Amino acid sequence: MLSLYVPGDSFVHRAPAAAKLAILVICGAALFVVSGIPVHAAELALLAGLFHAARLPWRDTFRQLRTALIFLVPIFLFHVFVTDWTLGLETVLRILVLLLLAVLVTLTTRTTDMIDVLEAAVRPLRHVGVNPSKTGMMLSMVIRFIPMMMREAQEVLEAQRARGLDRNAIALLMPLLIKTLKMADDLSEAIEARGYDPEPVVPVWRRKG
Amino acid sequence: MTTRDMVFVALFAALTAACAVFPPFQAPLVPAPIIVQNIGVMLAGSILGARRGALSLLLFVALVAAGLPLLTGWKGGFGAILGPTGGFILSWIPAAFVVGWLVERYWRRLNFWNLLLFNVIGGVIVVYVIGIPWLAQVAGMELGKAVAGSAIFIPGDVVKAVVAAAVAMIVKRSYPLIRA
Repeated sequence: MLSLYVPGDSFVHRAPAAAKLAILVICGAALFVVSGIPVHAAELALLAGLFHAARLPWRDTFRQLRTALIFLVPIFLFHVFVTDWTLGLETVLRILVLLLLAVLVTLTTRTTDMIDVLEAAVRPLRHVGVNPSKTGMMLSMVIRFIPMMMREAQEVLEAQRARGLDRNAIALLMPLLIKTLKMADDLSEAIEARGYDPEPVVPVWRRKG
Repeated sequence: MTTRDMVFVALFAALTAACAVFPPFQAPLVPAPIIVQNIGVMLAGSILGARRGALSLLLFVALVAAGLPLLTGWKGGFGAILGPTGGFILSWIPAAFVVGWLVERYWRRLNFWNLLLFNVIGGVIVVYVIGIPWLAQVAGMELGKAVAGSAIFIPGDVVKAVVAAAVAMIVKRSYPLIRA
């Protein structure tokens, strides 16, 4: 399945997705307010404990951090040469804490649970004209379409490679787009044929005024 | 919004994700490798228009945040959004909107050259205006250094704007989805 989730039954895994996301958002903001090398060192120790409790494989954690780590080296060097190394260490530790926390949440929470949280978060927006059920429907559709589109993209790539055109962006994108546009009509007909109504009838007892 | 609109929004979000399959390009006179993925931003804006295009990228970013490994190199998760390059990813939503808005406004007079200009305004300028200060803030860099560090990607993004404009013009002629 297309997901970064690493199954487990630790208390980190079992914590509700909404709580984990809320902690992540609050900590993300707090890290910029309360900052200091000893504070971040303590946070890193706490995170190490949580990673240990969640029994996450090092490989999965490292794979998510790799690109960011490449960024951290020049950021640190920049501070060493331009400002001073303590500020560099503080900045790098702050980013590391934030990223590790985010990776922890991502690896221990099922994608479906995350999407449920997203749907719930959208619900208050119905007053400004956002339809939560449509949002949920579209999120589910994207998840269903992604493997399909990746297969199509892979097919186009292989076909154009056989013609020696795999380094030509237009030769890759144009067929993929045409496939996409053709699919859209079939898919929307298929969805409506199965009884999906984008404007559901509101029952009398739920109508306002 | 009709079922067909919803399908288009979902399909373009999936298309942006599927572009991660294409390997990065190396173009002459362009120092950094060109990652195909953010061409999806320009395409969604110029083919679907402002509202549907932005919604499509909003779904994409929401799913990345929810932990799907959809970014080039199979990365994803909240870390990708909050990290130093997160601003570039978040900027895709307003970028698609700006491209779409300009395309809708000039729909009747649209040609390759003004579409190229719109792609550069939305898909390049908006992206860097949001992404660079974010990078500077998260990394604690001076703005000037962040600009210098990001500048090597600009030529590649202009190449993408050219490709997106060429492709979107063909779609406009054969399968227009914006009636304005």
